[in-house]
Amino acid sequence: MTTLPAHTAKKLGLVIDLDTCVGCQACVISCKGWNTENYGAPLSDQQPYGADPSGTFLNRVHSYEVQPEAAPAQIIHFPKSCLHCEDAPCVTVCPTGASYKRVEDGIVLVNEAACIGCGLCAWACPYGARELDAAAGVMKKCTLCIDRIYNENLPEADREPACVRTCPSGARHFGDFADPKSNVSQLVAARGGFDLMPEQGTRPTNKYLPPRLKDRLAASPNPALQEVAEGSTGFLGWLDRALGQLPGGAG
Amino acid sequence: MHPAPSIIAFTTLSGAGFGLLFWLALGFPAVTGLAAFLWFALAYLLAVGGLAASALHLGNPQRALLAFSQWRSSWLSREACLSVAALLVMAVYGAALVFWGQRLRAFGWPGAVLCLATVFATSMIYAQLKTVPRWNHWATPALFLVLALAGGATLAGVTRIGTPLLLASGALQLVVWHLGDRRFARRGSTMATATGLGAIGTLRQFSPPHTGPNYLLKEMVYRVARKHALRLRALSLLFMALLPAVLLVLAPGAMAIALAALCHLAGVLASRWLFFAEAEHVVGLYYGAAPK
Repeated sequence: MTTLPAHTAKKLGLVIDLDTCVGCQACVISCKGWNTENYGAPLSDQQPYGADPSGTFLNRVHSYEVQPEAAPAQIIHFPKSCLHCEDAPCVTVCPTGASYKRVEDGIVLVNEAACIGCGLCAWACPYGARELDAAAGVMKKCTLCIDRIYNENLPEADREPACVRTCPSGARHFGDFADPKSNVSQLVAARGGFDLMPEQGTRPTNKYLPPRLKDRLAASPNPALQEVAEGSTGFLGWLDRALGQLPGGAG
Repeated sequence: MHPAPSIIAFTTLSGAGFGLLFWLALGFPAVTGLAAFLWFALAYLLAVGGLAASALHLGNPQRALLAFSQWRSSWLSREACLSVAALLVMAVYGAALVFWGQRLRAFGWPGAVLCLATVFATSMIYAQLKTVPRWNHWATPALFLVLALAGGATLAGVTRIGTPLLLASGALQLVVWHLGDRRFARRGSTMATATGLGAIGTLRQFSPPHTGPNYLLKEMVYRVARKHALRLRALSLLFMALLPAVLLVLAPGAMAIALAALCHLAGVLASRWLFFAEAEHVVGLYYGAAPK
C-alpha cells in the first residue's frame, strides 16, 4: 500500500559531512557500479560514448561556492541521494503501490515489477532523488544498498552502503537514527546536522553536517603584504627619506 | 516542467469530454436516439481518447491495471478509478437514451458527479505537488473544473450556460497567472534552503554534478521559449474564452458552435502547454535555477 507507515522500528539512513567531502565522485561511481550489477534493473546509459551521453545515477555530487561577507570564498561539495523521508511524498502519490516505505527499517523502495513508469514520484520529490531509467522504463532510486546491509555472504565490514564503504575521506556515515546512541545520531547531535528544504515538510532521515568554521587570518590585509616603509627608523628610515628626496620620489 | 504532448492532449481532451458528459447527464441538450448517439460518441471519443493518450507517456503501460489499486492515497489512482466509474455509469445512461429514449435520472445524477470528480482528481495530481509551487494551490482544480464545464457546455451547444462559463474561465485564468507568477518566491525555497548553506554567505553553483543532460533536467528543469510566454498567454485567453464567447453570442447556430468549440480547445491546449512549461520545480534550485 502506498500509505506511509505511522512508525518504523528502525530509521536507517546516512549522515553526509559537508566539511570533509572532497568531491572526488568515488561514491557516485561505486553506487553506479553496485546498483548496476545487483538489485533491480541495471542503471543504464544512453550514448555513453556518443556526442550527448546521459544515464541513470542514484547519487550525484554537486559543488557550490559560498562567499562569506569578509573572508575568502569556500567550495563545498554536496553529495545528494534519496533522503528516505519519514513523510515521503514520492510514496503516497504512487498509483500502483510500487513505491513503499518499509516498516522494519524505514527504507523507501520501488517494487520494479509494479512500476508503470509514470514519473509522478519523481515530480513529488523535492530533492531529485529519483530518476526514470530510460532503458527499463521503471523508476530508480537509492535502496540504501538493501542487498549489502543485510547480506550475510559479505564480510561484516562490507555490510554498509557502497557509497559509505568507498568514501576515502570518511564523509559518509550509515546508521540507525531511531537509536539515540548510534554513530549517526551522535554525529548529528555533536555537529548540528540539518535537513534539506525543511519547508517542504518531508522530514528527511538523512542529515547533513555543516562545514566547520574556517580559521581566519587576524589582520586584513595579510601583514606580509603591508607597506614596510611607513614610520620606519634606523637604516630603513634613512633610505626612505633619502629616496623620497630624489626627483619623483615625494609621493 | 516538461510539457509532454501526451499529457497536454490528455488533460485537455478528457477535460472537455467529461465536461460534455456532465451536461449530457443533466439533460443539456435533451437528446434521444441517433442525436444522443452522436453526442455521446463525441464525448466518449474525447474522454477515452484523452485517457489513451495519457498511457503514451508511461514507461511500462502493460502494467496500467495496477493503477486502480492505490485509491486510498494516490490522486492518480483515484483518477483512474473515477474515470472508469464515470464512463460505466454514463454508458448505461447513454444507452437508455439512445436505444429506449429513456432518461434514467438514477444514473444521470451520479454520472454527472463522477464526471466532475474525475476532472477534480486529474487536477489534484498536479495541485497536490508541494514541489511545484505554481500548481500547489486551490486555483488549479478550480480552473480545471471551470474549463471542463465551459468546454462541455460549448460542445453541448448550451450557449446560455456556455457563454458565462467561457468568460468565467478567462477571468479565473488571469487570477491563476497573477497568483502563480508570485508563488515560488512566496513559498521561500531557495538554493540556501535546498543546501542548508545559506548561513555562511552568498551561494552560487560552482560546478554541476554532471556535464550532460539527465532525467531530472529534461523532466523538471525544463526551460523553453519563455520569451513568448506573454504572447502565448494573450492568444490562449483570446481563443479559450473571448472568441468562443463572442461567436456564441453573435452567431447562434451549429457552425458557430462547432467553431467556438474548436477555438476553445485550441486555447485550452495553449493554456495547458503554458501550465507545464512555466511550472518551476524546486529541484532546479540544486542546479542554480533562479525562478522569479
